[in-house]
Amino acid sequence: MIEPRKKIKVATTSLAGCFGCHMSLLDIDQRLFTLLEHIEFDRSPLTDIKTCSPDCDIGIVEGGLCNTENIHVLREFRRNCKILIALGACAINGGLPAQRNHLPLAVLLEEVYHTSPGLANGMIPNDPELPLPLDRVHPIHEVVHVDYAIPGCPPSGDAIWKVLTDLLAGREPELGHGLLHYD
Amino acid sequence: MSQTFTIDGRVIPFEVGQTVMQAASQAGIYIPHLCYHPAFKPNGSCKLCTVKVNGRQSASCTLRAQSGMVVESDTEEINAERRMLTQMLFVEGNHFCPSCEKSGNCQLQATAYHLGMMSPHFDHFFPDRAVDASHPDILLDFNRCILCSLCVQASREVDKKQVFALSGRGIGTHLIINARSGRLADTDFSLADKAAQVCPVGVILKKRTGFAVPIGQRTYDQQPISVPGKVAEEIRHD
Repeated sequence: MIEPRKKIKVATTSLAGCFGCHMSLLDIDQRLFTLLEHIEFDRSPLTDIKTCSPDCDIGIVEGGLCNTENIHVLREFRRNCKILIALGACAINGGLPAQRNHLPLAVLLEEVYHTSPGLANGMIPNDPELPLPLDRVHPIHEVVHVDYAIPGCPPSGDAIWKVLTDLLAGREPELGHGLLHYD
Repeated sequence: MSQTFTIDGRVIPFEVGQTVMQAASQAGIYIPHLCYHPAFKPNGSCKLCTVKVNGRQSASCTLRAQSGMVVESDTEEINAERRMLTQMLFVEGNHFCPSCEKSGNCQLQATAYHLGMMSPHFDHFFPDRAVDASHPDILLDFNRCILCSLCVQASREVDKKQVFALSGRGIGTHLIINARSGRLADTDFSLADKAAQVCPVGVILKKRTGFAVPIGQRTYDQQPISVPGKVAEEIRHD
């Protein structure tokens, strides 16, 4: 009896991102059916599995690092995924969230929870279950080794498709003009 | 009969006095560059245009062409170094392309596309740089400055105003405004100045024109910077 070919296990997550990159993943459209002949999703917002299996082949990380939970999840991905892909501007350079980096964190929390209009008697959330915010937002390659990056805000479905199909075919992923975008 | 040298095996004619960059441009060969502009004296500061000549590296914008030179430019070795220089420029400033009006028309971004830069690779500096929105017609966003000094040259040599200068040393080098207050509004800078047109990145921006052309339809969205005639100084936007 011929054993069915093992599918590539792919995990995805969104850290300090807006889920726009995951929306682009869905923009692969009907080619998702072709993709699903070759891959299965492990931990992902698409499956709602909470932790990575230890034998993931590809981890796709959207978003940068803005709190301790983000770092915990990122390290879990790096530990469990053979190939780690930074997906989108936030994962690659911090993106929009990192534009807070020149402001002190205390000033930001004051502004958001104390002094903004309509926030009478507001308080800065301090529940111990809340992850601590970092003083600066960081791209993910500053904490773990990243194997590949797909730039863009968000990258197009075509760009994600190209990188994934290149990897599935054993090719070094390459984005030419038109697919390589930082915006 | 003009003299010749070769770039990547291709024979390039040149006139005595021309630089390697000038002769290459004339022959339709793109050598990546950021601080070079054909209207100004080259200063060789960005080093993106570095080529290998007879086995030694040199900035092609300042190197005079000589007969029989063997120039290597579009090689993986040289492009890897150019890519690293570009990555360093990205992490030394705050280059957030999705929120930049110049995106798609930016020479730094287009050069990084050309070199296949997938990520900035190095740790980010995230420097603290102020924005100067004091001028009625022009916004200055120093976060994107790559210290090419083209605005300094244009203001001094063409506009005869000396509005801009570079100050400080090493990583502390930064663009300053020649006014007691340090604000652009307190200079005689004008939208019609040459210096308002030469910025290869998104530092000097015309106000109230944002996103007139949608992202995705801009200059380097249409064609790569390596296409002859697509280098920014020849098609200044805005």
